[in-house]
This record gives sequence, C-alpha cells and structure tokens, in this order.
Amino acid sequence: MKQQVLVLYLNTSALDSEVLAWAFYDGTGKTDPTTGDSDLPPYDTGVEALRDGWRLFQASQLIPPYPGHEYDTSFMKHEFFFEKLE
Amino acid sequence: MATTAPLLTSVEVARFVAHGFHRMDAVVPDELNAQAIGVFDAGVPEVPYGTPVKRAFEEGSFARRLLDVPEVAGALRSLVGPDPTVDHHAVHVREPHEGSAQPLHGDAIIDTRMDAFDVQLMYYPQEVTGTMGGTLSVPGSHLRRTNESDTGRYQNLRGQTRLTCPPGTVVLLHHGIWHGGRRNDSDVRRYMFKIRFNPTVPQVRLWDTADLDDPRVPQELSRFFPWCEHATGRLEVYNRIRLWRAMTGDASFDIDYWATRVANRPGRAA
Repeated sequence: MKQQVLVLYLNTSALDSEVLAWAFYDGTGKTDPTTGDSDLPPYDTGVEALRDGWRLFQASQLIPPYPGHEYDTSFMKHEFFFEKLE
Repeated sequence: MATTAPLLTSVEVARFVAHGFHRMDAVVPDELNAQAIGVFDAGVPEVPYGTPVKRAFEEGSFARRLLDVPEVAGALRSLVGPDPTVDHHAVHVREPHEGSAQPLHGDAIIDTRMDAFDVQLMYYPQEVTGTMGGTLSVPGSHLRRTNESDTGRYQNLRGQTRLTCPPGTVVLLHHGIWHGGRRNDSDVRRYMFKIRFNPTVPQVRLWDTADLDDPRVPQELSRFFPWCEHATGRLEVYNRIRLWRAMTGDASFDIDYWATRVANRPGRAA
C-alpha cells in the first residue's frame, strides 16, 4: 500500500475555505509533481478534497503571534495535509 | 551608468514595493542579446563581494553594457541609488529535460531590513517559452520572513508568475521574493544572468517623485494577491506602509488608517 499526500493552504483556518496554494507528493510513482508545474489548484476548498476521498491527517494549529512580532508575516498559516492510499 | 537614464515614477516604485519586482520586457538591444550566451559560456569573471559596479565590470564589458541600457540604469538607480556595489553575480542555466525544479526559496539568508533592500537583476537573453523552465516567482512574497528554501514545500500558489518573456527581458527583484528555476521540459538550454546589488546610500526618494501624491500610489500599495490569506494580506499592506514611510521619509503616510489606528495611544508615552 502506497501513500499519496496532498497539502492544501487555505484562506482561513476553516476547512471549507478557499485553496490558495497546494503541493502533491506521489508515493505510487505514477506522477512526478514539482515546483511551479500548475497554475490551477486541484480543488477549490479543503472540503472539496474530502468529498473526493482525501483523508485529512494533519492541520496547522492556531498559534498566537509572539509578543513584538504581531505584524510580521512568514509561512502560509493554514496548512492541511491529506492522504490517499493505493 | 548612463546619467540620462529614465527614472521610475512613484507609481512604478509603489508597484515594486507591493509586488517585489519590476519587469522590463525586451529592453536589451538584439545586438547584446546575440552576444550574451557566448559571453556566459566563456564565463563572466568573478568579483569580490561589495565591489563598486564601475570596478566590477570594466567599461565595454558585456555586463557594463547591460547595466548601461538606459531603462535598466534608470530603474536600478531608482531602487538602489547611484553607485551600488555588486554583491555577487552568476549565470544560471536550466538544462533541457533536467528533471526537477528548484525548491521555492529566497536568496541568501532571512533578511529583516525594513528600511533598506538589495535588488537582484535577472536578465534573459533568449525568448523564454512556457516549457523552458522560466523563473517561478510569487508576487508580494518579499516581505514574508522566511529563510532560504524553508518554503520548498510550497509547489504552486494562486497568482504565481511562471515567467515567459521575449529576448532581452530584465526583471529587478526585491531580495526577499520567493522564487525558483522551474523544470525545463524543452530541448533548449535556458540562460539567466543574475547580479545582486547592495545600496550605498539611504534608499529615500531615489526615483522621480513628481507623482508622489498620485492616488494610484496607495492603490498599488493596497494590492491583495490571490495566494495570500485575507487576514495576512492586511498585514502585508501594513508592512508596505512601513517600507513606503522609510522610502519617502514621510512618517505620517498611511492607507485606510491601518498604521495610524494601532499607534493611537492618547496620553501615553512611547
């Protein structure tokens, strides 16, 4: 059994919010995804991925900003990991 | 550098502050483009870090002639000022069918300067088509505080730029922008020449400021990008306000009260 991993970055912490960025890693070897290979996300929202059979296994926590760094921006905030097994 | 070079306008510099790049299509003459790949294959001599441009690239050299193209000279002067130093330069080649892309990254190391920035020139001597692995970049990502390739997990973002361009195109990048060379799925070697510049003067009102009060300035600085979370997008505008204040010397500049509101503490000492 091999794992495919889909990572979706959403607009808010809600799983039904819009997909802003994405990554796909294919343990089956059937595809060879890489950086900058698509301009269109595979799904419009996180829930749409669930409806297509992807299983959510990790979501980013809601962590308050560190004092003094409230206006800093860094990594994308709302990261959701999904898997399919083949 | 040519002294008659056209400077950028305030609207163009505001667009740079929001997007993190300034793009100039086909500004380099065909004569130079035709020589470029031969020069790059022969090797561009290395220069020590921090060498003034005029010492780094002697009069008549390919790099000097590239920097003397009026549009290039004017844009560089508008962003980093007169007499910048050369941090380093490199010829980047994406080989045909090379297998994978670079991970998305920012160059050098995390760089938190809010009142100064380096500029990276990227020059493309040949036409770059969609399959040639033109540079991927993420407009508006340059103020995010991330270190080098820690962003490598991100493969694609809404509104990303997968560069295609005519020969002779030059893009000037803020040092922090997320970018990477894409996989070259064509049969053609793809060349890009990069030079990183360090300013030697305060980066304050270096451009043509005649249009400083143009309403398109705050419009440009207020731009939201499709890949950016809505809430974080507001912080991006706040951080651009801070940078614009530094670049104009106007500590009261604001857009929609974002910076003023959160600094209002009547009767309290700083």
